[in-house]
Amino acid sequence: MDDTSHTNSPSRRRFLGGVALGGMGLVAGRAMAEGHAAGAPDPLITELQDWANGLGDGVDATPYGMPIRFEGDVIRRNVPWLTADPISSINFTPIHALDGTITPQGCAFERHHSGAIELAKEDYRLMINGLVDRPLVFTYADLERFPRVNHVYFCECAANTGMEWAGAQLNGAQFTHGMIHNMEYTGVKLSTLLEEAGVNPEGKWVYVEGADASSNGRSIPLEKAMDDVIVAFKANGEALRKEHGYPVRLVVPGWEGNMWVKWLRRIEVAAQAVESREETSKYTDTMADGTSRKWTWVMDAKSVVTSPSPQMPITHGPGPLVISGMAWSGRGKITRVDVSTDGGMNWQTARLAGEPGNKALTRFYLDTQWDGSEMLLQSRAIDETGYVQPTKEELRAVRGENSVYHNNCIQTWHVKTTGEAENVEVS
Amino acid sequence: MSKFLEVVAGTALATLIALPAVAQTYGLGRPALPEEIAAWDLDVSPDGTGLPEGQGTAENGEMIFSENCASCHGEFAEGVDRWPVLAGGFGTLNRQDPVKTVGSYWPYVSTVWDYVHRSMPFGNAGTLTADDTYAIVAYILYSNDLFEYDAVLSKETFLDVEMPNADGFYEDDRETAEAAFWGQEPCMENCKDSVEITMLATVLDVTPDEAGDEGGDEAAEAPAAAEEVQMAAAEATEEPAPAADADTTAAGAMSEPDPELVAAGEDVFKKCKACHKVGEGAKNGTGPTLNGIVGHSAGANPDFKYSNALKDAAAGGLTWTPEDLAAFLANPKDFMKGTKMSFAGLKKEEDQQAIIAYLSTFP
Repeated sequence: MDDTSHTNSPSRRRFLGGVALGGMGLVAGRAMAEGHAAGAPDPLITELQDWANGLGDGVDATPYGMPIRFEGDVIRRNVPWLTADPISSINFTPIHALDGTITPQGCAFERHHSGAIELAKEDYRLMINGLVDRPLVFTYADLERFPRVNHVYFCECAANTGMEWAGAQLNGAQFTHGMIHNMEYTGVKLSTLLEEAGVNPEGKWVYVEGADASSNGRSIPLEKAMDDVIVAFKANGEALRKEHGYPVRLVVPGWEGNMWVKWLRRIEVAAQAVESREETSKYTDTMADGTSRKWTWVMDAKSVVTSPSPQMPITHGPGPLVISGMAWSGRGKITRVDVSTDGGMNWQTARLAGEPGNKALTRFYLDTQWDGSEMLLQSRAIDETGYVQPTKEELRAVRGENSVYHNNCIQTWHVKTTGEAENVEVS
Repeated sequence: MSKFLEVVAGTALATLIALPAVAQTYGLGRPALPEEIAAWDLDVSPDGTGLPEGQGTAENGEMIFSENCASCHGEFAEGVDRWPVLAGGFGTLNRQDPVKTVGSYWPYVSTVWDYVHRSMPFGNAGTLTADDTYAIVAYILYSNDLFEYDAVLSKETFLDVEMPNADGFYEDDRETAEAAFWGQEPCMENCKDSVEITMLATVLDVTPDEAGDEGGDEAAEAPAAAEEVQMAAAEATEEPAPAADADTTAAGAMSEPDPELVAAGEDVFKKCKACHKVGEGAKNGTGPTLNGIVGHSAGANPDFKYSNALKDAAAGGLTWTPEDLAAFLANPKDFMKGTKMSFAGLKKEEDQQAIIAYLSTFP
């Protein structure tokens, strides 16, 4: 067997197989998909295969395992024209190819302002200063001695879907919605550390900054800092990845990803917001009249169908079809997701898989029968505050097209009779 | 239960009861030393809190900017490639694709100072002294016409700078401005009369290739590229051919420039000096020498390597009449798509006229 035949196979190639299926009888189509003549026995079953005959890898082959090579196209991808340099840039989680809710660290999107740095645990220091009784310095080992918490939260870049304000632009859920990941974090509550230092009554904000050259800093109201913010050192059970802030990052549940400072090195208690570059010139939302919203921290409720989607065409012809997607809200739990197959004319309530988490991704499914006709697929999330995910038109009516950030509009995929899907806008 | 455990349980209970009043501490960490706080606590607030002693002017900032910042932000803070544009963009915030610069968008000088000082230059952060930072910030403000060339920026003068968009921001009002997104039972059936596809992503074709390679040539071009091409085409057709007698007309018009205007032009020319030399012994630099530029044919300096755009214009008979020169100076890239001159432009008409008057004194 050719060693490379399955690696990095673009979905377009997979898709072509699907096109061929469309016009055939179900049995013939199935046989074709299985790679042998209709009605003939399947050699994968009747013939002895290498893997059933010889030996596989020993336990020492991969001390730390990577996905099998057949999954080589489930990777983060960059959109080169978005930014001047990949060192100060973003890439996208392959959400189209994932299922469930937890994002594996290895393919969770990255956003750096001056590159992913290497900072050893031994060299790690966290300072708390400003309006506190006791300015303190913690080592990594110190952090491990405070009581720990575990929570699953989504982290979404405020610019996710930001390229779609003026119209449908990028053709793939990975690119339109992939600036998001969802992990289980282990760490210490920020409130625990702040209490250790003793916050003075005039302290109303914390300014948090990272150890990298960009020293990305954001101001967070003390109320949020004392609520659910975590100083995290583990994600999905293992150490944070370098690109996600190893050894320590901030987790700011439900709020825009830029505030989740990586390589966290300092927390300053202050009376006012610092108004840093990242909270004035960036991460402010310009309205149609030229004025701009600031401090738009919360991520609004949002959802997207991840399959079928442009990178995940239907390859099996008419019949049972699983429409799969994800929904989330920075204000709490998702309570309902509706799916439309006709561009928002009619809706069906989807099935939520598992108990929706607070400020975490929820997986939804619509188990349906596809008759092979065109679909305009949409999903619409509703959260526990009663917020209903708006259409792009509704959002534009309030915000115009220059907002850049916080685009949580309903997404439309045009699924054609061939099973191929495209990013479109509808009336 | 042993005696020891009973005591522990009793203590835990007492702690629980006491919790609302006194937060629990663990005695972990060590005091942060003043030197350590001074090394890391560098942030600067809008009211100037955190600013160190020091000073700088745009005049001395120009060279520091050129050495440390211009490779990405351009000699005139106009931005190179997709790196941020730092100057200009005034009056664009309510238009399609606003140009957000320090001048047009940033609400506070403190943010510029803080960011330059801590996070710039890209790849060599934390190396600029307080004086260097004051000078660079002064130069960026000067490039935005917000600060005089030789004025001193320091802790004392810091709050005197008026940022045009200081009042352009307001706190998140989504819960009121977008209250309609809450609490509505969404429509489930026959929600619209019809559904039409109004836009397709594949038309733009800016999505990177799936296989994870370089993304292809199409992807390397920003979606704006198509727009630029259209604009360039429009310019090429709309630009009037220069009049045949422009040479003589222009020379006549500029024969006796106003001495005051010339003096003003000398001052404005400081913006040009990094690239352009005039007078006796002037040599070509980043830009060509400008002796004899006014009223004469474009692209006439035999030793300078002009852009193709300028060569084409010269071949087409472009003469630097005061009118065309003013139009070029107002917005070089608008006037001549593809020019190498990376200058954002002189917005003020009096500055354009002053430069032309000044240059006309070098026949």
